[in-house]
Amino acid sequence: MAGKRFQVLQGNEAVVEGGIAAGMRFYSGYPITPSTEIAERSALRLPQVGGKFIQMEDEIGGIAAALGASMAGLKAMTATSGPGFSLKQENIGYAAIAEIPIVIVDVQREGPSTGLPTSPSQGDLMQSKWGTHGDHPVIVISPSSVQECYNETVRAFNMAERFRVPVIFLMDEIVGHLREGCELIPPEELTISNRRVDREFNGTLAYAVQEGNYVPEYAPFGSGDHFNVTGLFHNLDGFPTNDSEVTDSQERRLLDKITKRRDRIEKWEEVDTDDCEVMIICFGGTARAVEGAMDASHQYDSVKIGMFRPITVWPFPEAALHKILKHNKHLRQIIVAEHNDGQMILEVQRLVEGTVPVTHLGKIDGTTITPDEILEKIKEVY
Amino acid sequence: MPSKLIENTMRVNRLPHIWCPGCGHGILMRDVAQAIENCGLDPDKVVIVSGIGCSSRAAGYMNYNTLHTTHGRAIAFATGVKLANPELHVIVITGDGDATAIGGNHLIHAARRNIDLTVIVFNNSIYGMTGGQYSPTTPHMEKGTTAPYGNIDYVFDIPKLAEAAGATFTGRCSAYHAQQAIKLIEEGIRHHGFSVIDGVSVCPTYYGRKNKKGDSVKMLNWQKENFVDVKVAEKLPPEKLEGKTLIGKFYESNDKEEYTDMYMNLIERAGGNK
Repeated sequence: MAGKRFQVLQGNEAVVEGGIAAGMRFYSGYPITPSTEIAERSALRLPQVGGKFIQMEDEIGGIAAALGASMAGLKAMTATSGPGFSLKQENIGYAAIAEIPIVIVDVQREGPSTGLPTSPSQGDLMQSKWGTHGDHPVIVISPSSVQECYNETVRAFNMAERFRVPVIFLMDEIVGHLREGCELIPPEELTISNRRVDREFNGTLAYAVQEGNYVPEYAPFGSGDHFNVTGLFHNLDGFPTNDSEVTDSQERRLLDKITKRRDRIEKWEEVDTDDCEVMIICFGGTARAVEGAMDASHQYDSVKIGMFRPITVWPFPEAALHKILKHNKHLRQIIVAEHNDGQMILEVQRLVEGTVPVTHLGKIDGTTITPDEILEKIKEVY
Repeated sequence: MPSKLIENTMRVNRLPHIWCPGCGHGILMRDVAQAIENCGLDPDKVVIVSGIGCSSRAAGYMNYNTLHTTHGRAIAFATGVKLANPELHVIVITGDGDATAIGGNHLIHAARRNIDLTVIVFNNSIYGMTGGQYSPTTPHMEKGTTAPYGNIDYVFDIPKLAEAAGATFTGRCSAYHAQQAIKLIEEGIRHHGFSVIDGVSVCPTYYGRKNKKGDSVKMLNWQKENFVDVKVAEKLPPEKLEGKTLIGKFYESNDKEEYTDMYMNLIERAGGNK
């Protein structure tokens, strides 16, 4: 049972509790460090709420079974880490084009290939957006605390359901294995979204959308509507077509689901961004070191530091960053701190357009960035 | 005018199908539809799951809940559909490459679990959609576009593979022997557990042309002359069976509990039915 309202949990465990609160009733996956606790807790907890867990024969089966379950009407999740995330990519694209809600957790670990299985990294940031082939919509959320693992998993399910897209929950080993207090907010106190099935469903036009909307409504398999689901480009009736006009309109609608609803999707945290001289941009577990550095700098009354932390890393909160750049006249330096060789910095540089110097603090040795290293970097560049 | 069966079970407005003239897949698809009808299943509760390749286009023509997935993954998707809602009748239509090459792992593990899926492999012994490359069921030393000197690989025997992996129903049928095929698929659907049926098709366009097998009629006649029902074969001396292919039901067992039944018991034990 979920038990007490306040508990000390691992990030990985909080994801499962948040998922169950959001209505997750299916999990399929394959064991991989450092995400395995998500599978373990799902195996324990889902049957207690009438849900299903299955350990599949491989990572690809893990996402495929979850997508099948989602088509049968259950809210579904799979979780993995680097190598498994690579293996799941093809079916992430399938989820995007077939518009099947799913949450995919990637607890990042260091390096390409097998790398350092137990060490933290944020090297999958670009992969989380571009990993599957072809233009496709995707939402990526990156939590920085155990509480956020809980709350943002709820939001991940809500957005997967509302927009019928794959939502990637991009954790890192720091947050996945971090233990801290977490409030298990019960479902009745949360906003829970479900896929829209209320319309008089017309199975013959399974991919038609109502005017002003971008998301088709849905009926689960078994409800009486015989519609077709395919990874081929399809007409509004769900059947394959090579027609270039149809392809263009369907592809654009898929992308519009995200780009036209950015205001409902993007989420970020700002600390002292109004008047800071140095702004650190970070995400996920790295934010904890940044917070430490900010506390220390307050103590020693040195340069004024601010923090901008995208929680929705894709789509990147562009408008929010632009607003800071426009209004903060004290800003002299941006530092992008991330556990990779320079990924989020590319997006930041694109948006800053040279108006403020942008420098990088990266780490790719499997150890965590420390508050001291951040303070040293500030001294070095400012 | 489509027949009553076609009208009842197919999306008539999606026909004609894309398969080449003389392809055996249309016959096998009709056999599956007839078997579903014979079993009296509620069409609303039937889900057809397919992968990628010639075989897997069948899903789009059949008037049920249809899920045309990614290459090799049909059985894995079907596992999720069935476990999520065990009331659904989940039938997988797949090909020799889809089921035994890229998707081989899912085939053997679904067999091991004994989950109640019915898998029908439309086996044309070739990768047809990509133009005739050798597959795990292209006979030894025969040709494909990627085996211009003859295929040195050996074949999978799909029913044996499935049985060894734990399937509780296996058999083989052919495009020629339609009545036997319908009966076998019907039995496979009725079987409560993992059923695998090797449906031997004909591909005159790629496999046939490359290996000088003649046209579709000739290839179907070859099936007529060389395929022997397993019950008939029992009474024949070994010399009469040389070079012959067996068809019919090879194996059925009800000894192993079905996977989703066990999972529903597990939920009960975990207190999830409260």
